[in-house]
Amino acid sequence: MENKQYPFYIDPKLCKKCGLCIAFCPTKVYITGEDDLPKIEHPEKCISCKMCFYRCPDFAIRLKPEVA
Amino acid sequence: MQGIPDSYSDYIAWEQLPHLWCAGCGHGIILKGIILALGELDIPPHKALLATGIGCSGRAGDYIACHRFQGTHGRTLAFATGIAAAQPDLTIIAFMGDGDAGAIGGNHLIHAARRNINITAVISNNFNYGMTGGQFSPLTPENSITSTSRSGKSESIMDICSIAAEAGANYVAKTTVYHVRELHKFLKEAISTKGFSLVEVISPCPTYYGRYNKIGNSPEMLNWLKETALPLEKFQSLSHEEKQKFFWRGKLVQRSREDFLNKYKKQQSAMK
Repeated sequence: MENKQYPFYIDPKLCKKCGLCIAFCPTKVYITGEDDLPKIEHPEKCISCKMCFYRCPDFAIRLKPEVA
Repeated sequence: MQGIPDSYSDYIAWEQLPHLWCAGCGHGIILKGIILALGELDIPPHKALLATGIGCSGRAGDYIACHRFQGTHGRTLAFATGIAAAQPDLTIIAFMGDGDAGAIGGNHLIHAARRNINITAVISNNFNYGMTGGQFSPLTPENSITSTSRSGKSESIMDICSIAAEAGANYVAKTTVYHVRELHKFLKEAISTKGFSLVEVISPCPTYYGRYNKIGNSPEMLNWLKETALPLEKFQSLSHEEKQKFFWRGKLVQRSREDFLNKYKKQQSAMK
């Protein structure tokens, strides 16, 4: 079922700051935040294409924060 | 690829993360693609096996919660063939690097394709041996700078997809990690195909290949792949000189030649 559960939670312990999610988000939801970590700046712009999730090589963009 | 399968988390060994791959390495994107394909095809972790070789890609098995097997360098397919013969109900995915599949394991690949054994080979082609310092492999493009070709690689590139197709593989496709949706589609089709299937995925190695060849970091390498990977039909219409500057992506072969075990069992029962 498609519900508005995006953008996802970014696990700072897993993220290696490669910048792929920031570079390839078609609506620029992410910005470079504190300590070079991606920050979800404009969640309202998210179109749920999930490209950030698919292209995250570090498994850092997670479905739900409770899966920690 | 509409949603994300609910079982996604079950395939990942979360306690092993973060993985050892460099920032922006494409291996994680391909591994995630395999996991999503298995989830979408409803193949539970206990019914799947990931066989890996040596090198950066060889560590992929550490991060998944399905069965895994790590063999010696290049012998992934030889071990996977044995596993497929002993456990025909398992979905076997051989995850290899370009050195694994093209160089030391090239012969195994030809014969696995010829034998048409029920294995899905996924080649993560990052154009060099990342773990040992960026030496060139047979799949490195001509003229590339690597740590063993400082003035440019003199040898020509090896087309592993055409070799597998000629040898008799049932499914052969090639794409890049930039084209993730295509990657997921090809992985799903390859896993569902009975017999030997191969998906080559061009993946960035920003630490060595991207740096030596002045392509840049991971986002810049993905942009480079976006520009240089052309659909197969378009690539085939280019002249020989132009072909050297581009890669192709697309589906090369899809057929339904009888797989090895099926034929073997039929012949065995005919003897009785």
